[in-house]
Amino acid sequence: MSGLTLGGFRPWRRAWFAPLVTLVAVYAFFVFLAPETFGRAVNLATMLRQTTVVAIAAVGMTFIIIQGGIDLSVGSMVALTTVVVAWKLKHGSSVPAAVLLGVAVVTACGALNGLGTTALRITPFIVTLGSMTILRGAAKGLANEQKIDADTRGLEVLVTPPENGLVPPAVYVALAIALVGAALLHYTRFGRHVFAIGSSEATARLCGVRVERTKILVYALGGALAGVAGLMEFATLTVGDPTDSEGLELQVIAAVVVGGASLSGGEGSIGGALVGAFLMTVIKTGCTHLGIPNWVQHMLTGAIILTAAALDRFRRRGR
Amino acid sequence: MSPRLAVAGLAKAFGASRALLGVDLEASAGEVHAVLGENGAGKSTLMGILGGVHAADAGTVMLDGRSFRPRSPGAARDAGVSVVHQELAICPHLSVEDNLVLGREPTRLGLLDRKAVRAAAEKALAEVLGAAASRIDPAAPAGSLSVADQQLVEIARALAVPHTRVLVLDEPTSSLAKDDAERLFALVRALAERGLTILYVSHFLDEVRRLCDRYTVLRDGATVGSGAIADVTHDALVSQMSARRSVSSAAKDRTRGRVLGEVVLSAAHLAGRHLPRDASFELRRGEILGIAGLVGSGRTELLRAVFGLDPVRAGTLHAGSSMGMLSEDRKGEGLALGLSVAANVTLSRMNALVLPARQREAAQTRIVELAIKATPDQAASELSGGNQQKVALARLLHQGADVLLLDEPTRGVDVASKAEILELMGELAAGGKAIVMVSSQFDELVCACDTVAVMRRGVLGPARPVAERNEGALLEEASAP
Repeated sequence: MSGLTLGGFRPWRRAWFAPLVTLVAVYAFFVFLAPETFGRAVNLATMLRQTTVVAIAAVGMTFIIIQGGIDLSVGSMVALTTVVVAWKLKHGSSVPAAVLLGVAVVTACGALNGLGTTALRITPFIVTLGSMTILRGAAKGLANEQKIDADTRGLEVLVTPPENGLVPPAVYVALAIALVGAALLHYTRFGRHVFAIGSSEATARLCGVRVERTKILVYALGGALAGVAGLMEFATLTVGDPTDSEGLELQVIAAVVVGGASLSGGEGSIGGALVGAFLMTVIKTGCTHLGIPNWVQHMLTGAIILTAAALDRFRRRGR
Repeated sequence: MSPRLAVAGLAKAFGASRALLGVDLEASAGEVHAVLGENGAGKSTLMGILGGVHAADAGTVMLDGRSFRPRSPGAARDAGVSVVHQELAICPHLSVEDNLVLGREPTRLGLLDRKAVRAAAEKALAEVLGAAASRIDPAAPAGSLSVADQQLVEIARALAVPHTRVLVLDEPTSSLAKDDAERLFALVRALAERGLTILYVSHFLDEVRRLCDRYTVLRDGATVGSGAIADVTHDALVSQMSARRSVSSAAKDRTRGRVLGEVVLSAAHLAGRHLPRDASFELRRGEILGIAGLVGSGRTELLRAVFGLDPVRAGTLHAGSSMGMLSEDRKGEGLALGLSVAANVTLSRMNALVLPARQREAAQTRIVELAIKATPDQAASELSGGNQQKVALARLLHQGADVLLLDEPTRGVDVASKAEILELMGELAAGGKAIVMVSSQFDELVCACDTVAVMRRGVLGPARPVAERNEGALLEEASAP
C-alpha cells in the first residue's frame, strides 16, 4: 500500500522514466560541452523538427508493438507516400486530394499488413518484411525509378519555422498526434484491447475481444501515421523520392523500444517512444556539433539503445 | 418446463481424434451440476463448446428451450453462459480491474468509464472474496498476484457478467487454499439459490459430494452415467469414471518398508529474498519429504531457492547429487508445449549431437515405463493434463536426477493419473531416489510421504514421520495464526 501514501505516483516505476533521465543527462552533457552552438534555442527547434518523421511513425509503432506485433514496412510506406503525393501534385491535383490519397494508400497498406497477420496467420515480422519490399518496389515503379519533381504548392510550410517563431507546424502536428494517440491508448476500450492482446491473446479472445478486428485496426493506424510521417518527409524533401527513408523502420522501432516498450507485447508508452525518438536526434546532432565522426555517432546510438534496454530490465527486476 | 441447459448427442472431432462421441447432459435452474470424468474424457471439449471456443460437429445444445450455438466466447457470454477455464486466462500486464471488465468495458462518450470499471471490479472482488477482498489491489497488474488470486480474479470476472444463466467452473479449486475454497463453495450455493445453473467440473469427489445436486459422468467422450449425487456411492462414481481401478484401493496398495540411505540434500536456515524466511531440513536417499502449507506460505519459493532458480539470501544448502525440479506451472515452466514428447523428455539431458531416432527411442522407453498415453512425435500440447505431467516427470527421470523436487505433482490431474503418479513416486523412492513433494492436498501428503514438514509464513517446521500426523493436524499447524 506504499503507493497510496505517494498518491500512487511513482514515476521511477514508469517505463518512460529511465529514457527521460537519459535524455536529460545526454542533453545537459552536450549543452555543457557546446553551449554556444548546441545550447541555442534555435538548435532545439531544429532538432524537434528533425524528429517529427520518426516521432509520428513511432506513435503508430507503439500501438503495433504493444499489441505484440512489429511493422518493418514503415520506411517503405514513408517513401511511397512522398511518391504518391508528388505524383498527384505533378498531375495537377489539389493539395488536399494529393495528401488524402497519399495517406489513404499507406493506410490501406497497413490494413493489408493486419490482414496478412490475421487471415493468413503469418507472423508480423514476415508479413511486413514482405510488404516492406513490395511497397519499396511499388514506389519505384510509380516514380519510374527516379525522383518526382513537383510544385509543392506551399506544403513545405509544414516544416518551415514561422517568421516570428522557431518551431514549425510539423512539431505541433506531431505533439497533437501523440496526445490523441496516448488518449486512445489509455482512455478507450480499443486501447485496453491493444494491451490485452499483447499481454495474452488467448485470454483476450476468451473474454470476447474481437482480436482480428483490433489487430487490423492497429496496423491500419500504423499505416495512417506512417502516411502522415511521409507527408512531413515530402515537405522536407520537396520531391517524391522512392529511395528515401531506407532503414527508417529500425529507427522507429528503436525509439519505441528505448521508450520502454517490450517486443513481446503488453507494454509500452507513447511518451517513452517520443523521448526515445528525440534522444536519438540529440545524440546525432550533439556529435555533429562536437565534430565527432559519423561512425562514432552510430556506435553511440547503438550503445544508448542497449543501455536503455538494460536499464529497463533492471527496473522490472526491482519490482 | 424445459430445463435450463439440455445437451444432446454432442459430438466433436479435432482432426483424426474424436474428442466427443455423444454427450448428453441436463441441468435445471438453481442446480449445481457436477461434470465428472478423467482427464481426456472430454470435459474440457464440452466446456469449450458451451463457452463458444469450439463449434460442435453434431448434436444440440438448448438454453432455456432455445438453440444455443455461440460463434465466439463473447457470444456465449452475451447469451448468458460464462466459463471459468481451468488454465489461467489472465492478461498479466493489465490491472486487476481491467482484467475483470475485459471485453465488456463500460464506456461513456466513447471513453473508458474508469469509475464504473473500479466499481464493477470492487463489487466482483467483494462477491468472491468477501472481507478478504482487500488483499487484492484492483489497480495492481494481474501478473503480480499469486496463482490463487489470479484464479479468484477469473472467477470474479465470470460473476461480474450480468444476466448470467449458466456458470461453468472448470476445476476452480485446484490452486486455492482452504479458506478461499470454502468461500467459493458458499458462493456457489448462494448463486444456485438465486437461480443460476452451475456446471462444476472437479476431480475432488468429496468436494462434489458436498456441493453438487446432480452429476454427469463422461468417459472417452460420451456420457456414461448421470443422476442425483445423493443416490450414488463414492465407489460407484469412481468406477463409472474409470473402468480401470479406484484411487482408494491404489493408495492402500502402496507398500512401505523403504530403507533410508545417506543424506543427499540438506538446508540450514535457508532464506530467500522474500520467502522462505527460515527453512531447515535433511533429505535422505529413499525418502519422500512432504512440505505442507497454505498458498503463499513460501512452499514453491523454497523449492525454487533450493533448485537455484531464486537467489538465496542467507543460510546454507548442501546438495550431494543432481537435482531435478517439476514446476507447479506445468504449461509455463514444466513443459515446452509446442515441442514433441520426445523433445520434452530429452530436454534436460542431450548429447552434443542430437539424433531424432535416439530421442524417440529414449522417449519410447519412458512412455512404456510411465504408461503415458502418447507417441514420441506428438506435441506435448495435445496431451491431457495427466499425461503432460507424466511427460514432465519423464524428463526428470531421463535427466537422471537423484533428488526430485516436485511442486504440486498432481495438480489438474484426474483421479486415476493421480494415483499412478503417487504410486510412481513410491517406486522411485524405493529405487533410491530422494523426493521433496509440495502439495496443497494434505491427504495426498499423508498417503505418499515418509516425513512431512509444515511451512507457515515462510518458516519451515521440523519434519516428522507421517505416522505421527494426520490431515487435520497438518491443517491445524499450517493455518495456525
